[in-house]
Amino acid sequence: MISQFAPTDIGPPHYWDKMPEISKKNYGQWQYHEYLQSGVMKHVGPEGALYTVRVGSPRLLSIETLRWFADVADKYCDGKLRFTSRHNVEFLTEKEENIAPMIAELEAEGWPVGGTGKSLKNLIHTQGWVHCHSAATDASGTVKAVMDDLFEYFKRDDLPAKLKISMACCLNMCGAVHCSDIAWVGIHRKIPRVIDEEVQNGCEIPNIIASCPKAAIRPNPKAKSVTIDESKCMYCGNCFSVCPALPIADPDNDGIAIFVGGKVSNARTAPTFSKLAVPFIPNEPPRWDTLVQTIRHLVEIWVEGARKGERYGEWIERIGWEKFFEIAGLEFTDKHIDDFTFSVKTYHVGNGFKFTK
Amino acid sequence: MAKARPMLDELKKGPWPSFVKEIEKSAAKNEQAAALLDLLEDSFEEKRVHWKHGGIVGVRGYGGGVIGRYTDSPEKYPAVTEFHTVRVNQPSGWFYNSEDIRTICDIWEKHGSGLTNMHGATGDIVLLGTTTDHLQDCFNDFSWAGWDLGGSGSNFRTPSCCVGPGRCEYACFDTLDFLYNITQAYQMELHRPMWPYKSKIKVSGCPNDCISAQARADISVLGTWRDAIQIDQAEVANYADAGFDIENLVCGYSPTKCISFDADKKEITVDNDNCVKCMHCINEMPKALHVGKEKGATILMGGKATIVQSAFLSWVVVPFMPMDKENDYEEFKELVEKTWEWWDENAKVRERLGELIYRKGMREFLQAVELDPIPQMVKHPRENPYYFWYPEDFEKENGGAN
Repeated sequence: MISQFAPTDIGPPHYWDKMPEISKKNYGQWQYHEYLQSGVMKHVGPEGALYTVRVGSPRLLSIETLRWFADVADKYCDGKLRFTSRHNVEFLTEKEENIAPMIAELEAEGWPVGGTGKSLKNLIHTQGWVHCHSAATDASGTVKAVMDDLFEYFKRDDLPAKLKISMACCLNMCGAVHCSDIAWVGIHRKIPRVIDEEVQNGCEIPNIIASCPKAAIRPNPKAKSVTIDESKCMYCGNCFSVCPALPIADPDNDGIAIFVGGKVSNARTAPTFSKLAVPFIPNEPPRWDTLVQTIRHLVEIWVEGARKGERYGEWIERIGWEKFFEIAGLEFTDKHIDDFTFSVKTYHVGNGFKFTK
Repeated sequence: MAKARPMLDELKKGPWPSFVKEIEKSAAKNEQAAALLDLLEDSFEEKRVHWKHGGIVGVRGYGGGVIGRYTDSPEKYPAVTEFHTVRVNQPSGWFYNSEDIRTICDIWEKHGSGLTNMHGATGDIVLLGTTTDHLQDCFNDFSWAGWDLGGSGSNFRTPSCCVGPGRCEYACFDTLDFLYNITQAYQMELHRPMWPYKSKIKVSGCPNDCISAQARADISVLGTWRDAIQIDQAEVANYADAGFDIENLVCGYSPTKCISFDADKKEITVDNDNCVKCMHCINEMPKALHVGKEKGATILMGGKATIVQSAFLSWVVVPFMPMDKENDYEEFKELVEKTWEWWDENAKVRERLGELIYRKGMREFLQAVELDPIPQMVKHPRENPYYFWYPEDFEKENGGAN
């Protein structure tokens, strides 16, 4: 039974009383911050300091765990906690003496503290097979496999710069993976199948045609459906998003592409997109060994080769992309040369390049 | 008897927190979460999803906030025949009291699977998995407890912001108040999809852009300042005395070389006219260097991910806007409303703002929102001679007589 109708359009609750007392007192007057150890920050203002303990989470959390986080916040932080846009949980306290026992309790339960400063940040990712219809790979599974392997980098904060790795399970890219130091994204490699009778019944043909960035879809009046030009389609799946009768998922051929060198921050250099490094890695559940090894390798060559202060893309810009492919030992293929809408500005002009082996 | 799940069992091992263990915690009490484990194990075996497109489900009076989700194999996983997502609008800066967390958990235990995302990429509290007949009661319970749904579909998506003045000395305006203000101001747009596609506003308090506003929001708000970087020379000396390599690690990375360090005096000088507010020196020396005093925001527009025409990073449309709390952020709201109106009038189905600006031309957009062209809007001027002349250009030449 519907118990009457509750008020609508009330919007989110106000944030003020959810902040720690010291945040209210120092509001807008903060002076500086320090990293005390990996995962622990101290923010100082005229009225005193706020300590933050950052905990990595897999984003997918049960209410049992959330209630336990609430208990931890009560025990050490007067009930104050927040989350970050990269799925971390942050426990907030004015009491420096609470930090060590809080970390001990969190880590004893398997909740790692880290991800601040010049470290590997928590991964942002999408739903994958847990809850999405268009995923070309799994999100939580690949992230778990990679983070288990890169765990040390989440705990360390002595990398050349911060390292943001992101994942999206299809080209819709829920989240900003297209501007990450390293990103992997689920891709398809075969054109959608057209189920004519379902297109007729469930889809708007003009919308399907308009959804294609390559003008690869034409009406098929005889079947009251559409046809897809295989020579134009590059498997983005956008037509499937507007019409379920064009399934594109293909367990044998779907997989992962890896992009590198993007960033969002304006620090030093302008924000920039990530660029293609590895066109395809097959789906290898449950542990995605090839993906995990490739990502580790890509992290290690940067840690080894970058100067202090250089983010992934800044390092590559300094040494040159041709040098990056040489150092990484990655094959350079026709897939790496852009032939989409804004491609020509990516071609090399002049002969000021480096020769590589 | 419970099905064996060798694939998922693998993902319970290792040092990083396991999402499988999280689902198992909920599965102990909830049959939908238990069914999800079986479905997921099969996905891992078969390397494919077991979900299909959402149908329209929702709560009375709203068109967004709930995403319909159904398994493609209800005969195999009957408990997740319906497994909808509920988006709940987060508080500014994702600040919570422990009591808030318990309230959310209690309502979600009553009405759903017990699984959450804290948070979704858009910023919402994402509640994963419930049935159609729970939706209205779930909404009602949240509403009575002071929480509202977020956006989904072709509407104003739940905006989000960085931690701002609640913890950060870089905040160039009150991101938390601004976010609360615009979220409340645009409740109609947030709950009722009536546009060509989604529209996002994301808000970062400084050029570091900790929440990636430029990469994913149609309208990106980025704090900045227009006067001098503030320098505490005593603290500069402390960094130098501590052995920090100011010359190489700070000055060496300045994109315009507008900062210099005098090693004898242990003092920093900044040529503020040539500073592009990149934040690098301030990031490296937060005790010694601080953002300026004349603070506000840059408004950039057009950001989005790849689908359909290409990914765009947002483009500068207003280099500096004072973020005036006393004036209820009127200047920003006027610009946003003009932008939405032009986009709503002109965009095709599923065409984001950036794609429309690209299709119609920046010139037409600037005219529609009544902004004058200025050099800060471009990396460099056009490289071709293909530009239009209009009657009003000639009118101007002829002193208005034509």
